[in-house]
Amino acid sequence: MPLVTIDDFQIEVPEGTTILNAARMIGGDLVPPAMCYYSSLKGSGGYCRTCLVKVEQGSAKDPRPMPKLVPSCRTTVMDGMVVRNETSPEVIEARAGVTEFLLINHPLDCPVCDQAGECKLQDLGYEHGKLDTRSEFRRRTFEPIDIGDKIKLHMNRCILCYRCVKVCEQITDGRVHGVIGRGDHAEISTYIEQAIDNDFSGNVIDVCPVGALTDRTFRFKSRVWYTKPVEAHRHCEKCCGKVRLWYKGEEILRVTARKDEFDEVAKLENGEAGWICNECRFEKKHTNDWVIDEITHVDRHSVISANHYESDEGERFEEKQLETAALPHGDKVTLGEGALNPNNI
Amino acid sequence: MSRKILIKNDHIPGINTLEVYQKYGGYEGLKKALGMAPDAIVEEVKKSGLRGRGGAGFPTGMKWSFLAKPEGVPRYLVCNADESEPGTFKDRYLMERIPHLLIEGMIASSFALGARTSYIYIRGEYFYILRILEKAIDEAYAAGLLGENILGSGFDHDCYVQIGAGAYICGEETALLESLEGKRGNPRLKPPFPAVKGLWDCPTVVNNVETIAAVVPIIEMGGDAYAGIGIGKSTGTKLISASGHINKPGVYEIELGVPVEEFIYSDEYCGGIRNGKDLKAVVAGGSSVPILPKHLILKTATGEPRLMSYESLGDGGFATGTMLGSGGFIVMDEDTSIVRNLYTFARFYHHESCGQCSPCREGTGWMERIIQKILAGKGTLADIDLLWDVQSKIEGKTICPLGEAAAWPVAAAIRHFRHEFEEYVTRPEGIREVRHYYRVNRLETV
Repeated sequence: MPLVTIDDFQIEVPEGTTILNAARMIGGDLVPPAMCYYSSLKGSGGYCRTCLVKVEQGSAKDPRPMPKLVPSCRTTVMDGMVVRNETSPEVIEARAGVTEFLLINHPLDCPVCDQAGECKLQDLGYEHGKLDTRSEFRRRTFEPIDIGDKIKLHMNRCILCYRCVKVCEQITDGRVHGVIGRGDHAEISTYIEQAIDNDFSGNVIDVCPVGALTDRTFRFKSRVWYTKPVEAHRHCEKCCGKVRLWYKGEEILRVTARKDEFDEVAKLENGEAGWICNECRFEKKHTNDWVIDEITHVDRHSVISANHYESDEGERFEEKQLETAALPHGDKVTLGEGALNPNNI
Repeated sequence: MSRKILIKNDHIPGINTLEVYQKYGGYEGLKKALGMAPDAIVEEVKKSGLRGRGGAGFPTGMKWSFLAKPEGVPRYLVCNADESEPGTFKDRYLMERIPHLLIEGMIASSFALGARTSYIYIRGEYFYILRILEKAIDEAYAAGLLGENILGSGFDHDCYVQIGAGAYICGEETALLESLEGKRGNPRLKPPFPAVKGLWDCPTVVNNVETIAAVVPIIEMGGDAYAGIGIGKSTGTKLISASGHINKPGVYEIELGVPVEEFIYSDEYCGGIRNGKDLKAVVAGGSSVPILPKHLILKTATGEPRLMSYESLGDGGFATGTMLGSGGFIVMDEDTSIVRNLYTFARFYHHESCGQCSPCREGTGWMERIIQKILAGKGTLADIDLLWDVQSKIEGKTICPLGEAAAWPVAAAIRHFRHEFEEYVTRPEGIREVRHYYRVNRLETV
C-alpha cells in the first residue's frame, strides 16, 4: 500500500486513493477544504481549486516535485509521495486567492440566506479569506427562480461547483439540469426553464455547498442554529429513509439527508450514499411519520451546536440559566431564541 | 533565407483541387508512407525533430510514441483546426489554399498511428473552410485516397470534419475532445492524457493543422533531411501569421532561425514598420505569449540577436524572453497604447473563459475591469499592483492553460511597460493629449 506523507504525518492508504481522501483519513487541520469534490458523486472535483496542495516529492521512484500545485481531490497518491498543505506558504497564498475569487461575485447576503450557519463558503472565507475585499466592481446578478415547486435557485450565490449537475446526471433520470453560458456569466439551469420533476431532485439542496439551491418548504422559517437536529428513519419504498430532522420546538422545519463530518451525505452500511427521496424530504413533517434514532452529534465548532443540548456550550448555558433563574435542579430547560451565542455565556 | 516547404505551391491556381494538387506532386508522400512500416514513419517523425505547431511546441514524435495501443480498442487521430488565438491565422491560410495537404497528412499520420478514423475539428467561424475541406475529402474518396483499401495497401481510413460552435476553449485538446463527443466544451483534468484516454475514452492523438501537414514533407524527404532545416532543436519551417503595424501583413513560411530583425524589416517578409514609424513592441507568438519591447525582441538580454526559434525567443525566461507559441506575430509601432492593447486581450480571455474552475472564471473578468478602469483614467497606483497580484493568483492554478494564457500577457505588459500604466493613472487629465490615446470601447484614434 502506498505510504504518503502529508504535512509531516504519514499514512498508508489503499492504491488509487486521492490525496484529499488520504488527508481525510488522517483528519484534523491538514484536510484541505473542498467546495466541489463530493465523494459519492463520480467525476466531481477539480473545479473549485480550493484543495490545491503542493507535491514536494512525486513518489519514491521519481522524487521530482510536481511543477504546479495540484488539486488534491483528483490526484492519486503514489508510494513515497510528500505533500504539503497547511505547512506550505505557497498553498496558503493560493487558497486565499481562490477564496477571494469565489467571493468577488458572491452577494454576501448571509443575513438573509437560509444556508448561513452551514455554508461551506462561509467556513472557507472564515478560515482562508482576507479581511477586506479588493474588488470594487458590480457583482454578477441574476433573479432568483423556482426550479420545481420545492426548490429555489439563487444563481447569485452559486460558485459553479457542478455538484448539483452531477447529482442530476447520476441519481436522477434524464438530463434536465446543467450549466449554460460560459465564463463568469455561466449559470446553472434546468432544461429550457423547465421544472425539475423527479423523486430524487431534492438532493441537489443537500449537495449545494452554498445557498444557491435551497428548500422552499424551509425558506425563511428559521436560522439553522435555532433548530435542533435529530437522526430519524422511516420505512420508505423509494429511498433508504434515513434522515435528519431539524426541529424547532415541536415542529419539524425541514428534513435533510444525514451528513458526515465532511458535510457530505453519509454512507449507508452497504457503502452507498444515503440519498433521500422528495417524499421523505418535503412531505413527512410530523413527528409521528418518523422513528427517532438519536440526537445528532454536532461538532462543537459548528454554530449549530450553540443551540444543541448535548454540546458543551449548551450545558454551560443550561447551568447558567439554572443559576440565574433559580429553577429547581433537574427540570428540563427549553432554550430560548436569541440568547444562543456562546460568546455571551 | 526563404524556404518554402508547406506552402510552396500556394500561388498555383486551382491547387485546392485534387487534379492540380496531384499534378504538382501531391499524394506522393502518402504513396511512400503506405509502403513503409507504421513504426518507421513514427521513427522518421521523431528523427525530424518536428515540434507541435499549435503553441506548446511539444515534440510530435514523442507525443505519437506515447499513444497507448491496447488490443481491441480503436485509436483516433484528431486534427485541431480550432485556430482562435488572436493574431494567428496560418491554419486558415493553409486549409483554404491547399486543403489536400492537410488531408494527405491526416491519412499518412493515421496510417502511422493505426487510426481507422480521424476527425478534423474546425473552428465555428471557419464555416467556409468547412466546405473547402469537405469538397477536398469528397474528391479524395472518389479517387480512392480515403475509404477502404487506400491505393491498394489494405489500409482503411475515414476522415470527418466536425465544426465547432465558436469557442476559443475548444482549441484546448481535452475541451476539443469533449466538444467532439457532443458535450459542453470544458477541459478535462489531466492525467489521464488523451494518448491514454482521449476521444470516447480511447487513445487519441491531437495535433495542430500545421503539424499534420508537416508530416507529408517529412515522409517525402526523410526525417534527417527535415532536421537539417532550421536551427538546433527548432527544426523545419514554420508558418508565421504576421499582423499589426507592418507594411506587408500576411502568412509567411520561414525557416526557423531567421533573425527577428530580418523578419520585421526585410522586404521578403514584413517589409518594415508602416508609415516609417519606429517599432515599439512585438507579441511574438499569438496573444497569450508575453509581449516584448523593441530592445528585447531584437536582441536577447545577453546581447545576442534574437532569432525566430523556440529556444531563442524563450531565452531569458519570462523575465526578458517570450515564446514562439503558435506563430501569431503581432507588431506594434510607437503610437500603440500597450494598456489599450492589453484591454483587448483581457476582454477576449474574459469572454472565452469556460467558467469551469474558479481562478480563471472570476479572475479574467476582474482583470478586464481593472484594466478598463485604468484605461478610463480612474485607476490608482494600487490598481496596478492589484492587477499583478490577480494575474499571479490565476497562473498555474487552473485546470487548463487558458488561465496562463490570460495571465501572461498581463504580467508581461506590467513587467515591461509599467510606466505606461502609471501614466494613465497619474495623468488622467493628460490622457487626451497623449498621442496613443484611444477612446475606451472604440477602435478609432481620437
